Amino acid sequence: MTGMLPPGFRIQRETNTEEFFINMGPQHPSTHGALRLALRMDGETIVELVPHFGYIHRGMEKQAESMSYLQYIALSDRQDYLTAIQNNLGVVIALEKGMNIGVPEKAEYIRVMLQELGRIASHLVFFACFGGDLGGQTCLLYGFKEREMIHDILEEVTGSRLTTNFFRPGGSRYDVPDTFIPRVKAFLDHMDDTMKDYERFLSKNIIVLERSKGIGILSKEDAIAYGCSGPVLRASGVNFDVRRANPYSIYDSFDFEVPVTYNGDCYDRYTVRIAEIHESMKILRQCIDRFPTEGPWRAKEKPVRLPVGRYYSEIETAKGLYATYVVAATTGEKPYRIHTRGPSFPHIAALNKMVQGHKISDLVTILATLDPVIPEIDR
Amino acid sequence: MQESSSFIPYIKRYLKRCITGPWSLLCGLSVTFKYFIDPRRIVTEQYPENRKTLKMHPRYRGRLEMIEDADGNNHCTACGMCERACPNASINVLSTKNIAGKKVLGRYVYHFASCTQCGLCVEACPFGAIRMNQDFEVATTDPNTLEMILNKKEGQG
Ligand code: SF4
Ligand code: SF4
Repeated sequence: MTGMLPPGFRIQRETNTEEFFINMGPQHPSTHGALRLALRMDGETIVELVPHFGYIHRGMEKQAESMSYLQYIALSDRQDYLTAIQNNLGVVIALEKGMNIGVPEKAEYIRVMLQELGRIASHLVFFACFGGDLGGQTCLLYGFKEREMIHDILEEVTGSRLTTNFFRPGGSRYDVPDTFIPRVKAFLDHMDDTMKDYERFLSKNIIVLERSKGIGILSKEDAIAYGCSGPVLRASGVNFDVRRANPYSIYDSFDFEVPVTYNGDCYDRYTVRIAEIHESMKILRQCIDRFPTEGPWRAKEKPVRLPVGRYYSEIETAKGLYATYVVAATTGEKPYRIHTRGPSFPHIAALNKMVQGHKISDLVTILATLDPVIPEIDR
Repeated sequence: MQESSSFIPYIKRYLKRCITGPWSLLCGLSVTFKYFIDPRRIVTEQYPENRKTLKMHPRYRGRLEMIEDADGNNHCTACGMCERACPNASINVLSTKNIAGKKVLGRYVYHFASCTQCGLCVEACPFGAIRMNQDFEVATTDPNTLEMILNKKEGQG
């Protein structure tokens, strides 16, 4: 039997039924991009899963070696396109450490607000795709409807809906327009209302409950061992959020909770994300109350040149821990190397642990609750 | 004995779900119905019809263009900072010399096909000679139109 196994498969199993192998992807609507999952099946039950990456590998880390730091900020948009604005901040914080530059208070507030808007947008896409993958196409439209409002705000502030390229060392590219705060306020009021509807729509739905409770359980130990982060880790009962554990920007001055659940199944990953939308809205409301109208929105502009050294930053994006490691071998505009630690890769690595023994239709649910973005894995 | 003690809760749970299950579906459907009949919740834009009123925000990054006055004069000095700032070499600044021997702008070639609309060139220009306009209907069937020369007049600045 061993000799016949395709490369990557390890588990030996004594059965008297015939096992077979199928491919899911790379072109499959529920793999959220070009991801290929090779499945070893026993009937309809998954015995083992081997993910194959690299269909959209663009060599971003190699590209970064021939780019200036500013150009890399623009490139970081293209990693996880759902949280582009958060990736920008991750890179910029690492650069700020190198340039030893402070950030004025107003700029910090702009940053935090855009971060949280981006987080809500990403979680709404999760909500939409989760419902969509379970067969409720209505849900797909609902999630995107509110996300569109966030993107309108982002478009007005940054000039682009998705690839924002907005933050710069010492602040951001522009000041926010006067309409920004009223628009965010209007969005939050609208969102309060809509979230009630959405939770009513999906959270207690019997089909969702039956298909997600007890499915794809990731134990606390496994989640830590695989290096999961973000909502996936918190759904397994680990209270770890970079905003709390290692605060960046001004997150330590806000009052918010880190939602944690303990079962580690698909439904818990869903509830954690829904709770995070509410926490983000709480942070946004605090920002609106305290938003400084006066003051500079950018530190004095300096050319982006980093002295020789190694600089590291980590932030919490909607998907999890996003870390940037910049190595500057010569003082100048160009990095020697920039390494990115993206959150989705460990989640896909842990997928094999979660799906074993489940049916193939459960794999779709599990994959949806991991909320992976494939361009971020492949980079 | 063992069996009956786990069997009764199972039946109870099953019967309970027979009630709560359809109820939860009805709750979901009520949301759908609300969105179906409430005209305030319509978000669809009638796109080709509303073209006249559709305006992009002033910061929207569309196509690159050169800021020119009515006579077609621009501020570009052919310094090449935008060319260096561009991540994917979408700009070629071809300079020439005027009669006095000074370096001036000859042709400003812009490859719209490879431009990612990041706006780094606008940020890098020390003279404020270029900007991004608000065009969003930029699709074309002729790839040759994507390569454009932005300056109307040669030898300015
Ligand atoms: S917008 Fe970006 S990609 Fe386009 S020409 Fe300017 S710098 Fe190059
Ligand atoms: S557009 Fe600006 S940056 Fe580019 S060559 Fe002209 S003056 Fe220099």
